[in-house]
This record gives sequence, structure tokens and C-alpha cells, in this order.
Amino acid sequence: MVTRGFTGRRASGERSSRLPPGQHVVDDFPVLSAGPAPRVAVEDWTFTLKVGPRPVKVWTWTEFNALPRNTVTRDIHCVTAWSKFDTRWKGVFIDDILADAGLDAPTDFVLAHTVDGYSSNVPMADLTGERAMIALEYEGEPLERDHGGPARLLVPHLYFWKSAKWVNAIQFTERNEAGFWELRGYHMYGDPWREQRYTND
Amino acid sequence: MSNDTRTTDARVVRAGAARVEWQNATIVDIVDRTPSIKSFFFQLAVPFEHIAGQHVDVRLTAPDGYVAMRSYSIASAPSPEPTIELAIERLPDGEVSPFFHDVARVGDDIELRGPLGGHFLWPENSHDPVLLIGAGSGVVPLAAMIRRRHAAGESVPTALLLSSRTRRDVLFGDELFAAEQLGTGFQFALTLTREPPTRATDFGRRIDSAMVADVASRLPDAPAHVFVCGSNAFVDVAVDGALAAGFASETIKTERYGA
Repeated sequence: MVTRGFTGRRASGERSSRLPPGQHVVDDFPVLSAGPAPRVAVEDWTFTLKVGPRPVKVWTWTEFNALPRNTVTRDIHCVTAWSKFDTRWKGVFIDDILADAGLDAPTDFVLAHTVDGYSSNVPMADLTGERAMIALEYEGEPLERDHGGPARLLVPHLYFWKSAKWVNAIQFTERNEAGFWELRGYHMYGDPWREQRYTND
Repeated sequence: MSNDTRTTDARVVRAGAARVEWQNATIVDIVDRTPSIKSFFFQLAVPFEHIAGQHVDVRLTAPDGYVAMRSYSIASAPSPEPTIELAIERLPDGEVSPFFHDVARVGDDIELRGPLGGHFLWPENSHDPVLLIGAGSGVVPLAAMIRRRHAAGESVPTALLLSSRTRRDVLFGDELFAAEQLGTGFQFALTLTREPPTRATDFGRRIDSAMVADVASRLPDAPAHVFVCGSNAFVDVAVDGALAAGFASETIKTERYGA
């Protein structure tokens, strides 16, 4: 349905082709969260890889930073309809975490957990092949607390709530378990290009 | 399996829930609220009864098919009536809010869908005190909660701390002042950042921890639910104040108006 009198302010040219439906480009970096941003000292931070309830490996901050670190530049898309282009992140690919633990993906589904009890679910296929990382830096600086510092999941090809802030564990699950927002009306997969914002979109 | 420490709300968790569909809504009234905020009243083709705190997504379509989408909190209380109120602030460099302020008129059809959101929700029938903290148009979902509380005849002790630039910028100001006079356990503290306060119980400065503690202390017990809505910077200060006052992190729910 055409809205009477609306012309809009569309992105032009190449930028337009990078913008999923219903999204608009922002230049700042809005912050969204369900509750208080936790304060996490890196000395107290650990990262745990779990299969079901069983911890497979735990890294300290120092150990985790000794894993191979890579830089990616990606467009990110928030379900609240803003997109930000060319964001630069440095972190550890999920592939390298599994390799360090000597683990082949035992199931097809993962829950990312955070220090404040948030979680998000992502199929394993979306985390491998250098498509996802645990990000430790943004634009060359340690990740700020508001943006999930010291570490957040980065799955830039899905809506950004999947990229859980303050991440401290990833857990393989037998089934595709709903995470925090997925239990609260948001889509189980969250592909911006198919506008999978809410349940069963 | 999940170690999610927050409880989910049975009102919004429905296994296999149906998709929330787009519908046409007709603007039936437009009301100037403040110099930068207007209320738009929509008649829904497919009525729904939301939970106070939820939002709708609105989408506008240009003749060439270009679509812009934004989320707006619902300002009205849930009601069997087929009408909802959205209070939209005109953002100077915005794309959608200037359309509503400058172009939209009564009789226009607008596509929207809702209710959406399953976290920032009024805890109906709670007896434990509630603290609401908002700034500017961030009062919208909180106003829906206060309106719901009133419409349902609830008496749960509730305090609102609202920050505005000037008295003229206070959204729903008259209604909030009147609600406080009803004697149903609702207290309203206003802080103005660019004008002195006119009441002894109000403030004339930017929000800080002492202010949050002061307003919370007007409740009979520590709040079991804290809702904070505003800009990111505002929410950070309000949340730090709530934590400093000793309120558990799990009780604090935030909504940040970032974009």
C-alpha cells in the first residue's frame, strides 16, 4: 500500500543495494539492551565452550587473546530498523575456538550465553566458515562496555540481537532452543534480507 | 538448557505463536502534545489488546516501492476499543517522524502491526512497588503503564521520575499531575534540565543517582520492578542510580531510544 505523501529518503546507488528491506542507514552506533550493562573485568572474564550441560574447555582472558585474532569489516543490521555499514571488528573466529578445543561441532545448534543471563540461538552452520567471531575490538579499540565489552558474539549476517553482548559461553544444544529475545516474540533465525524480525515472519 | 536468569512473561510466550500481521490503520485524530510531539490516534482494522509497554511497527511505502519502517511504543492503555495512540516526536533530521508531523492527516491509512515486544511489560496485578524512569518521549511506554494501572483500578505503589527540558516539553504533563492527585499510590517527580522546578518535590537538574534514590524512597518498599526509557546516556545514568540504590540488576528493564 502506497502511503499518501510519503517519498522517503532512500540510500543511493551501491549503499542502497547493501540495505535490507525496511532498514535505514545510521552513522552513529545506537545502543540497545534489555537491562543494565554489566561491568566485566577482564581478570574475571572466562569463556566456556559447552556441549549440553558439559563444559569442554574454559579460557581465561589471556588465553583467549592468545587464539588467532582476525579483523573483519561488515555491515550490521538491527531489528529496530537501523543498519550501519563498514563496521570493523577484531576477534576470534568460532572456527578457531573449536579448533583450539579440538572439537568438531557435535550438534547443529548453538546458544550463546552472556554474563547477565541473556542468550541467543544461532544454527552452527551460521557460525563457521569465518562468518562469526567472538569480537574483542571495535574500530581498533577494546570493545566498550555499552557495545558488549569485553567480548561479544558477532554474527553480522543476522539481525544484530543475535550478536549477544557480554558473551561468556557458547553451548551446543540438541535442538534449536529459543534464546532471550526469541522467547519474547523475536524470530528464531533473524535473516535481515528476508525481514525475519518477529516470530514466524 | 538455557541459563537465562530472567523469567519470561507468560502473557507473551506462546508456543508456535502466529505471525503478527500488517494491517491498515486509519488516523482518526491528531493532537499537539508539546512543541515537538504530536499524538496520532489510529483506528485499527483488526483490533488488538496489547500489554502496556509494547510497541507497534509502522511502515510507510513510497510510490516506487521504497519502504521505511520504525517502531513506536503504544501510549494508550490496553483497551477493547479499536483505537491506539502513538506519541511521535519530530526528529529534525528524521525520515518518518517529519512525515507524520508535516504530511500525515486525519483520514490517512497507515500500515502497522502489533502488539510487539515481550520484555518491557507492565507487571499487571503486582503488589510490589514499581519505579518508572523516563526522559522526553521515553515516557510513552511508561504512560501506557500508568494509564493501564489507573484503568484497571490497580493500587500498586508506583513512582515516576520524568526528565524534560522545560515544562512545555513534558509529555502528558497535565494527565500525570492529575493522576498524582487521585490518591491511588501514584507519585510523580519531574526534573527539568533547562528551567527551575515549581514544586518542592521536583528537581531542576540532569538525572543523577541521588535523584533516583530520592524518588525510589517515596515508595513504601524498594521497587520490585524498575523500568527505564530514554536516550542511551540517560538510561545509563538512571540504571547506575538504581544499582547504587541497591536494586537488583534483574529487576531493571531498559528501553533505549537510539535510532
